[in-house]
Amino acid sequence: MSGHDDSTSYDLAVIGGGIMGSAAAIQAAEGGMQTVLIEKSELGSGASGVNAGTLSLQIKRVRLMPYAIRGHALWEHAGDRVGFRRTGGLTLAFTEPEAERLTTTMAMKKEAGAPIVMKSPAEVAALEPGLNKQVVLASYCAEDGYANSSLTGVYYRGLLAGAGVRVHERLAVDGIARSNGAFILITAAGPIRAKRILIACGGWMKDVAAMLGVDLPIRVRINTVAVTERCPPVVGSVIGHATGLLTLKQKTNGTILIGGGWQGRGTPKDGRGEVVAESLLTNLRLAQFAVPALGSSRIARVWTGFEPNVPDFYPLAGALPGVPDAFILGCVRGGYTIGPYIGRLMGDLILGREPEMPLFDPARFAPAKAQAAATH
Amino acid sequence: MSAPDAFDLAVIGGGPAGASAAIEAGRAGLRVVLLDEGRSAGGQVYRAPVSGTGASSGQPDGAVGDRLRADLAASTVDCRFDHRIWLVERGFRVHGLGPDGPATVEAPRLVIAVGAQERHRPVPGWTLPGVIGLAGATNLIKSQKILPGRRVVVAGSGPLLLLVAASILKAGGELAAVIDANGRMDWLRHAPQLMARPDLVGRGAKWLAAILRAGVPLLSRHALRRIVGDDHVEGVVAGPVTGDWDPSASGEFQIACDAVCFGYGLAPATETTRLLGVKHEYVPDMGGWRAVTLPDGSTSVAGLYVCGDGAGVLGAAAAALQGRVTGLAAARDSGHANAADAVERLLPQAARAGRFGMAMTGLALPRDGLLSAMTPETIICRCEGLRRADIDSAIAAGSQTLNGLKSATRCGMGPCGGRVCEDTAAALIAQHTGLSREAIGQSTSRPPLRPVPLGQLAGAFNYLDLPMPEPAPQ
Ligand SMILES: Cc1cc2nc3c(=O)[nH]c(=O)nc-3n(C[C@H](O)[C@H](O)[C@H](O)COP(=O)(O)OP(=O)(O)OC[C@H]3O[C@@H](n4cnc5c(N)ncnc54)[C@H](O)[C@@H]3O)c2cc1C
Ligand SMILES: Cc1cc2nc3c(=O)[nH]c(=O)nc-3n(C[C@H](O)[C@H](O)[C@H](O)COP(=O)(O)OP(=O)(O)OC[C@H]3O[C@@H](n4cnc5c(N)ncnc54)[C@H](O)[C@@H]3O)c2cc1C
Repeated sequence: MSGHDDSTSYDLAVIGGGIMGSAAAIQAAEGGMQTVLIEKSELGSGASGVNAGTLSLQIKRVRLMPYAIRGHALWEHAGDRVGFRRTGGLTLAFTEPEAERLTTTMAMKKEAGAPIVMKSPAEVAALEPGLNKQVVLASYCAEDGYANSSLTGVYYRGLLAGAGVRVHERLAVDGIARSNGAFILITAAGPIRAKRILIACGGWMKDVAAMLGVDLPIRVRINTVAVTERCPPVVGSVIGHATGLLTLKQKTNGTILIGGGWQGRGTPKDGRGEVVAESLLTNLRLAQFAVPALGSSRIARVWTGFEPNVPDFYPLAGALPGVPDAFILGCVRGGYTIGPYIGRLMGDLILGREPEMPLFDPARFAPAKAQAAATH
Repeated sequence: MSAPDAFDLAVIGGGPAGASAAIEAGRAGLRVVLLDEGRSAGGQVYRAPVSGTGASSGQPDGAVGDRLRADLAASTVDCRFDHRIWLVERGFRVHGLGPDGPATVEAPRLVIAVGAQERHRPVPGWTLPGVIGLAGATNLIKSQKILPGRRVVVAGSGPLLLLVAASILKAGGELAAVIDANGRMDWLRHAPQLMARPDLVGRGAKWLAAILRAGVPLLSRHALRRIVGDDHVEGVVAGPVTGDWDPSASGEFQIACDAVCFGYGLAPATETTRLLGVKHEYVPDMGGWRAVTLPDGSTSVAGLYVCGDGAGVLGAAAAALQGRVTGLAAARDSGHANAADAVERLLPQAARAGRFGMAMTGLALPRDGLLSAMTPETIICRCEGLRRADIDSAIAAGSQTLNGLKSATRCGMGPCGGRVCEDTAAALIAQHTGLSREAIGQSTSRPPLRPVPLGQLAGAFNYLDLPMPEPAPQ
């Protein structure tokens, strides 16, 4: 993998080697496109490799449910290679207002196709004796589970090689120019040429779109995840909270992963985010409240990852407004679960095929001028 | 959370570097807080003996340590021992876990003086009970007055080798052999820099004389090939090394023993500086990766200073001098102009002590031939039980940075936080790929800096009072 010098003229260059970029690149290559993927660090070093790995239909947005169900199936197919486990998932309410909220939202998600049932406190206690007995209501989905997100990079490295995608790791795209209808990606190892590009660079997407003069209203959240040392078995299911502010699971090696979208501090430009004690401590208290035995386990590591979003919190997935042959994919909430599937759809769109499910046209955020250009 | 205590300067680490920095900054007029997880000041080298095992005075190190503790006690510094620092936020907020639970202090300036960690190069059998690190052995003998075994082999490189061997003899223990990867020529090559501190050279010569007088075999240019025993150390197999310290090239022999003290020098403890985004560089003669500092201890992060072994392993004498310089620099930068002259006056002394330390650290640095003693079955990452074969195959499959290897194999994800295995893992990546240490990089540092019990962090709370933000749209 030494030397990046690359004089090929590609059909497609994908910028970013997270789940989104990798899955789309594989689909495009399998559809016959000569494809290159450029990753500034290592494959899966962004959100895709540091996320909490929860594959829970209960926490997916209603409109994204069909995508989540299909993404979930793809992770199940990956199986041991990504540490997939279907454990079932419980979402807990400890107060009456939480129970009300749970009942309403889970009814909507059930309607959208997730096989969710409600459980009484007695049923919850029988299923998971390690949970706090103050549960007033819970929802349960047998499909829910988790995978080991730190294996994302290794997993996709193998698939990309198999699909014949040329991969440049530890190489950043520093600028994008156009010449004779092709894109020229400026990198430290020289220019890389391609007819089409896909911007799939997670938290860094806004800056890369700006290289083409496109301004998208992308903001970045800094999510915190914590993990304990190995401890004796205390919970088998993936545990959530009616507010969505807790995810918790015990891995087969005994470690317990705690997340829930609690916010750290920092910007993608400065590198990794910073853990904020107050935010982390609330997350840990919530976890300990749900699973009291956690109090005696030791926290081994806490980290953050960048998760971008747009104002409506739906994905950016489609043509980049105003720039022919450029595409963008990201800002997918629950993107670990949905990524392998929506990445495929994106690959199909780039191949000129009709995607099996509709994508999420970024033109909804483009200024009118760009929208006009995009429709021509 | 109640409002944290505010100071002008916070110092993490009460070894010679941190304690000296705190004392000087306090004298110059700053309100200083000093935090250390130990019971008292002194750090690794001047560690006070556990109570009941006798006074430390009487030994040269003990006297220096006692003086440091007395100076600190007489100073205005607010000392908080038994405080394990688990997170530092920029700005700076230092979060500790003390005897009364979580404790946070705040200061616009921060000195990090957290010392060094041991460097290992595994051999088959190194995880057997009875094997301990050289640095760990100094603790055991000095602070707890315990001998590592009845008949001990001391092996590895650098000054700790002689120190541990001499301490064992002094405490009445039996030494089976001292096995030094360096030869006489290696030591001589460093003689000019060593002469910067003839007093310290004299001390080393005394250790050496004691070892020879006791008739202990001193095997120069030798290294361990493996440690043998079923459920405890029963002996070591050693052999002569090549110039690259490959111990498997020619004949081998066995030495019976029931304990092994084993190590290849020290490396700066960089987890705190990495966490805070300080710029680092790889300098073998300072122990490997170190925070980049100016001679006055300042770093690429405003208000943040690093001194002592944590900024480069230069030994106790340099650490104390650097600490003084750094404490004064922090005072100077806080507007105490009179401290500026003192900084300039001390810099040459600190530099001289640093040259001596660098020669010692250079001597201890492991060479790549040692990797050939590791068989495919040899454990590299102890916490996760990863063998060399596991690491090798992940590297071959494309994990060529420490972060990449960590994701692929969990190497360094256990309770030790990578302190034991990562340097060896990096050496293996370098050997496979020819990449530089800079390209292989450091792993990302994650809090907590030390494992902490969740319940102690969480403390007492009321569920209904937890500040819950508005949930995301469904
Ligand atoms: C802490 C955290 C926890 C989460 N938990 C869950 C969960 O439990 N379940 C779930 O379903 N989802 C979860 N998510 C969401 C999910 O992880 C993301 O939606 C998904 O991984 C996004 O993938 P991506 O490929 O868009 O981005 P990323 O994985 O961030 O990939 C983008 C890549 O682009 C690269 N890049 C950036 N700029 C450049 C450049 N100029 N040149 C070249 N390369 C560049 C980056 O290095 C990076 O590797 C979580 C997210 C976070 C941050
Ligand atoms: C295990 C060990 C044994 C050694 N023994 C000897 C010896 O016998 N003789 C000798 O000449 N040299 C010895 N050395 C080398 C010695 O470290 C230096 O010569 C000298 O002590 C460096 O001083 P320092 O102040 O930089 O660091 P240290 O003396 O190591 O002091 C660092 C201090 O920081 C504290 N600390 C670190 N992290 C945290 C945290 N997260 N929270 C709270 N407190 C923290 C530690 O408790 C320690 O007291 C030893 C080194 C090690 C690692």
